[in-house]
Amino acid sequence: MGHFGYTEIAGSNSRPQGAGTTLKVSFNFKISMQQYLWVIPFFPLLGFIINGLLGRKFSEKIVGVVAAGAVLASFITAVLTFAELLGLAPESRVLTQTLYQWLATGNLGIDIAFRLDALSMTMVLVVTGVGFLIHVYSIGYMHGERGFFRFFAFLNLFMFAMLLLVMGSNFLVMFVGWEGVGLCSYLLIGFYYDRIFDETTGLTCSGAGTKAFIVNRIGDFGFLLGIFLIFATFGSLDFETVFAKAGASLATHEVSTAIFTAIALLLFIGATGKSAQLPLYVWLPDAMAGPTPVSALIHAATMVTAGVYMVARCSIIYVQAPIAMNIVAIVGLATAVFAATIAITATDIKKILAYSTVSQLGYMFLACGVGAFTAGIFHLMTHAFFKALLFLGAGSVMHALSGETQITKMGGLKKLTPTTFRTFLVAGLAIAGIPGLSGFFSKDEILWKTFLHSPVLYVIALVAAGVTAFYMFRMIFSVFYGTPRMDAAVMHHLHESPKVMTVPLMILAVLSIIGGYVGIPHLNQFEHWLEPAFTRFVPAGASLPAEAHGSFGLELGLMALSVIVALIGIYIAYQIYLVKVGAADRAATTFSGLYNLLKHKWYVDEIYDALFVRPLMWLSEKFFWKIFDVKIIDGAVNGSAKLFGGLASVLRRWQTGIVQNYAVTVVLGVIVILGYLLMR
Amino acid sequence: MPLVYYLLLSALLFGIGVAGVLLRRNAIVIFMSIELMLNAVNLTFVAFAAHFKNLEGQIFVFFVMVVAAAEVAVGLALIVAIFRVKQTVFVDEINLMKW
Repeated sequence: MGHFGYTEIAGSNSRPQGAGTTLKVSFNFKISMQQYLWVIPFFPLLGFIINGLLGRKFSEKIVGVVAAGAVLASFITAVLTFAELLGLAPESRVLTQTLYQWLATGNLGIDIAFRLDALSMTMVLVVTGVGFLIHVYSIGYMHGERGFFRFFAFLNLFMFAMLLLVMGSNFLVMFVGWEGVGLCSYLLIGFYYDRIFDETTGLTCSGAGTKAFIVNRIGDFGFLLGIFLIFATFGSLDFETVFAKAGASLATHEVSTAIFTAIALLLFIGATGKSAQLPLYVWLPDAMAGPTPVSALIHAATMVTAGVYMVARCSIIYVQAPIAMNIVAIVGLATAVFAATIAITATDIKKILAYSTVSQLGYMFLACGVGAFTAGIFHLMTHAFFKALLFLGAGSVMHALSGETQITKMGGLKKLTPTTFRTFLVAGLAIAGIPGLSGFFSKDEILWKTFLHSPVLYVIALVAAGVTAFYMFRMIFSVFYGTPRMDAAVMHHLHESPKVMTVPLMILAVLSIIGGYVGIPHLNQFEHWLEPAFTRFVPAGASLPAEAHGSFGLELGLMALSVIVALIGIYIAYQIYLVKVGAADRAATTFSGLYNLLKHKWYVDEIYDALFVRPLMWLSEKFFWKIFDVKIIDGAVNGSAKLFGGLASVLRRWQTGIVQNYAVTVVLGVIVILGYLLMR
Repeated sequence: MPLVYYLLLSALLFGIGVAGVLLRRNAIVIFMSIELMLNAVNLTFVAFAAHFKNLEGQIFVFFVMVVAAAEVAVGLALIVAIFRVKQTVFVDEINLMKW
């Protein structure tokens, strides 16, 4: 049953960071981290339990220390595990731990088991590392909020679920984490459950949470079907078994392409829900109803990348389904362009970032779709750094401006909040793809791989990159440059955020700069590290579809081209929003049709509303409620009651209460029986 | 005397008992009618026992009499208790146990 092999070395597992180097040495030489994988998700769970049960009585300080400390402990454990993985030969970099057997029925056996390879290790490091910084930031950001402990308890629960998702060693554990992060997302989006989120549509914060949950359920449905099909095809849900069989099919062609395509597409439906791709992206912009650190952690850095992780995890299945790969690439690219156009006209600082996230996730799927899984995960990592930074910076701006989110009511913050400005600018440059920053390397890697796959896709992706630079600097210019457009009262309270918020910003800014250098083209350490995770299941004698190669000169040329496109985007933003003040409004009136289309987000919410929500509501009310429930279900219940009531009102007359009537019945009965016996 | 005489008398007594139970209102009279029926049965027992020269019928009569005595004790107690509450022993007025 259980493989809880930790008891014999108990004592050293509880606080590995406390004992410093000596313990680290003993980890490396005596104890394998393999037995301690469970510790990584365990710490946030512990934090959740402590804060969830007792947090109400704690001071903010204790709550914050418990929550952030739990994540820090996870991060340190993850780093130790990482060190151990690095010490292994590249092709044997897999650690697994089975905690206990969960299900065993017939030929289905599911273990609660963890599995760390290069891919999930990367995810764990990003999740716990960025997660820790965001936890620290939240201590300052959430200061004085009602439900402070509730916030941190949910945040810890989220970390637990996310780690379960990336560390699970089979599809079911992954799915539990997948649903768990969805639940935490719902809880945290609706954190301000008594507030209205969107005045124009009347959407409440809890309504936004519900929307996120329901849209995700649609995706989860596809994911579940995919899991069923995997079990039906491979007879197991364990990653090692499934992928080994799928890999073997590369040589034997035992499993047909149609099956692979079906599995890949069903899983991708799940990914479009969780990772906010067309057509299921609609929940993410409204998810901004949650507190800003939640947007940074869940809706930018970690949870929304789960879909990309899942597709990369199942790469061995995807590479054998070319049609599905093309669909992934096209959906990703379409989302990237589509969301970027909406971000141009959005005026809510968090919504701009939300659409930007949708767009960047599209890039990651584009990378996966063209077979560049490493590039996709690389962008996932750098994006986690700079997008978390952008969100936290936006939170810092909102903090300074008493909660203002409209960029039309900002401006000139450069001098007033200098640290926020500098870090925000770094992130903006990184996402725009300016050389030297992380976003440049990862985005260019994707563009390069896309070019090798299909120049048409490349051109579209390049345009989207230019649009990204444009809307990002539209925001930066509107927020930090120009004349302040704040109300006097807001201006009066204006202040830079406390250290507990700015230090995480600075650390993330550093990561946004240097995070890309692990993946410099041709010295690509990141690819070197990650590649074995993707080639592990390719059997000897078979190979993955050959990757196209281009010349180094061409690569440099394209790199220069994408830099020029980014600079053009920034320059246009500079001209429109700083030099020719009012140009944006004039453009909006000149192209009012296009402007309105973008302003109303291509009317997608309205279309979904008319196509799905309203008919469903109508059907629910007019048919399922008024007819099916009231008439049929209630009718059946009440009808049977009425039937027996009516019957009884006749039959009960028999029961007169007069004893002689009963006696007559007895006598008659005797006579009948006697008569029968005599007649016989 | 032939057996049939006894049986006819017994049937007559039993018929009177049944009629009493079904027709009379007074609980005590009904009670007496029940006793009448029991004794009619006793008479049959004895008559058959004498006719077949068999002792079992005689013995059964003793049992019936013992049970009847016990029944009288309980039955009369019930009637007294009811009378205390309802101030009547007419069964058609004791009709609470109905729909």
